[in-house]
Amino acid sequence: MTAVATLQDVTMRFRGHTALDEVSTVLEQDTITGLLGRNGAGKTTLLQLLTGHRVPTSGRVEVFGRSPFEDDGVLSRICFVKEGQRYPDAFRVGDAVSAASWLFPNWDADLADRLLTDFELPRKRAISKLSRGMNSAVGIVIGLASRAPLTLFDEPYLGLDAVARQLFYDRLLADYAEHPRTVVLSTHLIEEISDLLERVLLVDRGRVVLDEDADALRATALTVAGPRAAVEEFGRNREVLSTEALGGHARAVVRVAGPVDEAAATAAGLSAEPTPLQRLVVELARATRAAGPAVLEEVPR
Amino acid sequence: MNEAAGPIFRQVADLIETAIVDGSLPEESQAPSTNELAAFHRINPATAAKGLNQLVADGVLYKRRGVGMFVATGAREQLLRRRRSEFADQYVRPLMTEAHKLGISSAELATMIDRWADAR
Repeated sequence: MTAVATLQDVTMRFRGHTALDEVSTVLEQDTITGLLGRNGAGKTTLLQLLTGHRVPTSGRVEVFGRSPFEDDGVLSRICFVKEGQRYPDAFRVGDAVSAASWLFPNWDADLADRLLTDFELPRKRAISKLSRGMNSAVGIVIGLASRAPLTLFDEPYLGLDAVARQLFYDRLLADYAEHPRTVVLSTHLIEEISDLLERVLLVDRGRVVLDEDADALRATALTVAGPRAAVEEFGRNREVLSTEALGGHARAVVRVAGPVDEAAATAAGLSAEPTPLQRLVVELARATRAAGPAVLEEVPR
Repeated sequence: MNEAAGPIFRQVADLIETAIVDGSLPEESQAPSTNELAAFHRINPATAAKGLNQLVADGVLYKRRGVGMFVATGAREQLLRRRRSEFADQYVRPLMTEAHKLGISSAELATMIDRWADAR
């Protein structure tokens, strides 16, 4: 695999606040990475570093083998779709699309036309008159039609309804299959996009919590349920992310090594299921915050 | 795909295996492509490719350069053999566990199975 972008020991401080703390990661060529994390975790800062919008306090950022900061050769290969993108006041939809077509060498005008139709965006409509969702759709059209070797979407779905979001995911997947490129999707809607991801990068309070293959990740945590004593016993020598109990019945999310553990859980009379990505992310964010052994949580009745 | 059913590449492989076993994907016919699988199941193409490659490694599918993947001759028999050997573990074990919980004896269970077979 070839690295498209590398962050090495990157720290970003703003007036005493550490937004990113010694972050190291690599974005491989032709992958879709989900950039996940809570609000204020450092997702946007990370994207701003990749696009040369910011310079790190310390550490090294490299995109296409060079520092992205004020390097036009690098920047023309990056498309950054920002949350709540602002356009010049007088801009119409068609102006935004034309401007983008000059900016990106791989621009596909036919694809842009099809997407404008799909998202029901009239070229002549003034951008200032668009609803929030339609404004987001303009960013999505540009992000997809740019075919930029590195395309970054920072929560691109604000105001978009479920139908339009599904349209975005379907078009992204179809175009990505035909024209592979490196995509980063920063999102809170983990459940909706988890199947699209090849990699998962989870940040929490400026640190990388997870940086793994999405499909492999599903096998790394089991949700076990059954008699409380058996659940406790199963978690004894394993990393327990959370436990909930209701009377004699308990349920726990437990990190495991592989199929051996699933067999062990079943043999102990427990039901065992892989943990969905969304649930795993929530539990990991909670577990890193608790910064101590998980306590048995009684469900209030 | 089903998030609680384990790795997606394995689910993709299982679905293709099932189609081969039930005959809807006959031997020597062309298997769906990576991009078709990705679009249909709304999954990452790399994950779909991993599922297909697993089946190639197992000898269930084979590649024809520039054309695509095809179901190997003998694949159905091979899959049937494997699924039969896994049957006890996957179906009989949970059946026995539940029967034991309810105090149903093996003899009673056998009677139930006979009656079910007769009713079909």
